[in-house]
Amino acid sequence: MIKLENIRKSYTTGFNTLEVLKGIDLEIRDGEFVSIMGSSGSGKSTLLNILGILDNYDSGNYYLGDILVKNLSQTQAAKLRNQHLGFVFQSFNLLTFKSAWENVALPLYYQKIPRNERKDRALKYLERVGLLEWADHLPTQLSGGQQQRVAIARSLITQPRMILADEPTGALDSTTSHSIMKLFTDVNAEGITVVCVTHEHDIAEMTQRIIYLKDGMIEPESQRADAN
Amino acid sequence: MFDYDKWQEIFETIRKHKLRTFLTALGVWWGIFMLVILMGAGSGLENGVVGMFGSHARNAMYVWTQRTTKPYAGLPAGRFNQLTDGDIQAIEDRFGDMIEYMSPRMFVPSGEITHGDYKGSFSVRGECPEFVHIDAIVLEEGRFINPLDMDQRRKKVVIGRRVQEVLFPDEEPIGEYLQINGAEYQVVGIFRSDSSDEEEVQDVEETIFMSLATAQQVNNRPGEVNWFVCTINPKYQVAEVEEGIKDVIRERHKIHPDDPQGVRSNNVEEEFKEIMGLFTGIRILVWVVGIGSLLAGVIGVGNVMLIIVKERTKEIGIRKALGATPRSIISMILLESVFLTFIAGYLGLLASTGIVALLKIATGDGGAFFMNPQVNPGVAIGAMFILILAGALTGLVPAIQAANIEPVKALKDE
Ligand SMILES: Nc1ncnc2c1ncn2[C@@H]1O[C@H](COP(=O)(O)OP(=O)(O)OP(=O)(O)O)[C@@H](O)[C@H]1O
Ligand SMILES: [Mg+2]
Repeated sequence: MIKLENIRKSYTTGFNTLEVLKGIDLEIRDGEFVSIMGSSGSGKSTLLNILGILDNYDSGNYYLGDILVKNLSQTQAAKLRNQHLGFVFQSFNLLTFKSAWENVALPLYYQKIPRNERKDRALKYLERVGLLEWADHLPTQLSGGQQQRVAIARSLITQPRMILADEPTGALDSTTSHSIMKLFTDVNAEGITVVCVTHEHDIAEMTQRIIYLKDGMIEPESQRADAN
Repeated sequence: MFDYDKWQEIFETIRKHKLRTFLTALGVWWGIFMLVILMGAGSGLENGVVGMFGSHARNAMYVWTQRTTKPYAGLPAGRFNQLTDGDIQAIEDRFGDMIEYMSPRMFVPSGEITHGDYKGSFSVRGECPEFVHIDAIVLEEGRFINPLDMDQRRKKVVIGRRVQEVLFPDEEPIGEYLQINGAEYQVVGIFRSDSSDEEEVQDVEETIFMSLATAQQVNNRPGEVNWFVCTINPKYQVAEVEEGIKDVIRERHKIHPDDPQGVRSNNVEEEFKEIMGLFTGIRILVWVVGIGSLLAGVIGVGNVMLIIVKERTKEIGIRKALGATPRSIISMILLESVFLTFIAGYLGLLASTGIVALLKIATGDGGAFFMNPQVNPGVAIGAMFILILAGALTGLVPAIQAANIEPVKALKDE
């Protein structure tokens, strides 16, 4: 279970303070597949980064299972990310000078797993996303959809409890987008929680629950229904 | 502990960024290359010039007389004062405990010198037994002039190697005779010069020595001396004794004490010191320039590492998102910079010592002014050590900077 209690986050630039999250309360059950929607600048990425322990929040509490994720050192945060979380980004964020399998294996390097085992496991996950033959290719030699599959394989390799995806289909055409979402559905079927930010309705419809962000708050479902 | 995976990561990054690595390494490579080449050149120059002295005594002085330029004690200017055995004796009486070796000499004018059908013209001098300790000559065979030769005015000669080559091309010269001005002299020894100055070597090895007393007799100039060379006890400086010795001659020959011409001398010790002083200067210059270029190289590495960290912001962000701790990022950047400086420095060291070794082969022991360039291995190892340290220090700032990159910001970076 993931639980956010009254999470607030603001950015200060110069003399201006911009409140991005104004008290987020949110629960995500283990094994849920949820999407986050909202207009541009509504704070979707900010929220996802907090969930991913890539960013700090100003006040409130974030529980990742039993762990209170608050005021962590960089090292503690790195360990939590490595053990419990997987990331998929809009721009893939693969290391361009590493081959597909090396990219997939990278999280295991920070778990001090020996290279041979890393390679075995990376190949297994590449096979899982249908890219075994591409294992030795560099990201630049792959299509956008293939790169995103590599990124998904990378997010899966540590067997995390939750995968966080920020507009994973944002850079892909609709056919490819749907196959990527199909992959997430399969992953979720294995019991991994998936949280996916998107602004495409058909993508969001493929998830179990849609969370709407507006003016730094989560819109209650009742109001949303009224709006429709 | 040797962390294979960490090194693997470093090798991979280096292998996949060849140009960047090359540019980083070039600065350090060049720095240590310059330092070693300059050191080699400096030592070659020094060895060359010191080598010209050979085994010539450093604590020597030469003394001779010239026409006076000042009237003194009722005597007119323009007198020539011949040095004599008496002068030498007086100097030894006065400065005996300060003088190490004393060797007066006299030239023997000679025509062609022959041995059987072989002939040549060489310079012939009367010398004292002590001379062998002063000049840069080494006895190759037989013996040098001895006191018995002096006492009995024996017609014995010691010949230079060139003389041997010309007069005894296919014969063992010791015990044989050669003819000087119609008289027979027996060869008792052969010498060579150990100076590195080829001209000097040629001159010296084309010389024939007999005893001073013999020379005085055959020249029919008993008691006379052309000039003399002496060395001073190591306890004293030549300069301390120089004027005193000249004063003895001035007093005995009534030469004005302030006459710059009457008695002349050449202080080898001062000359040698001046040259060595020059080399101290050169050595300091080598160090300043060498360390400077080394420093520039190392700072260059630091700079490139800073740029690399900027360039790798995104990569570092990704690594952090995937679980890289600040420590692992610091050790990655640090190891990379230490490794780069070390390898570049090592290659620079290899290349430059190689070139110095080639220079050594090319110049050998022969050439004057430049000979036997050397690189002090201690200095080379020290430079390597400093490089590693400097690599670590210059890597530290970019490493810490890299470790503090916030993953969110880094990932936004495009
Ligand atoms: N590091 C930052 N410094 C200052 N302001 C920031 C920073 N990051 C985000 N913001 C601001 O916070 C607000 C929310 O940003 P966020 O990236 O979470 O929006 P988003 O919902 O993901 O938008 P989009 O759909 O365009 O990706 C925006 O107005 C943005 O300008
Ligand atoms: Mg966003």
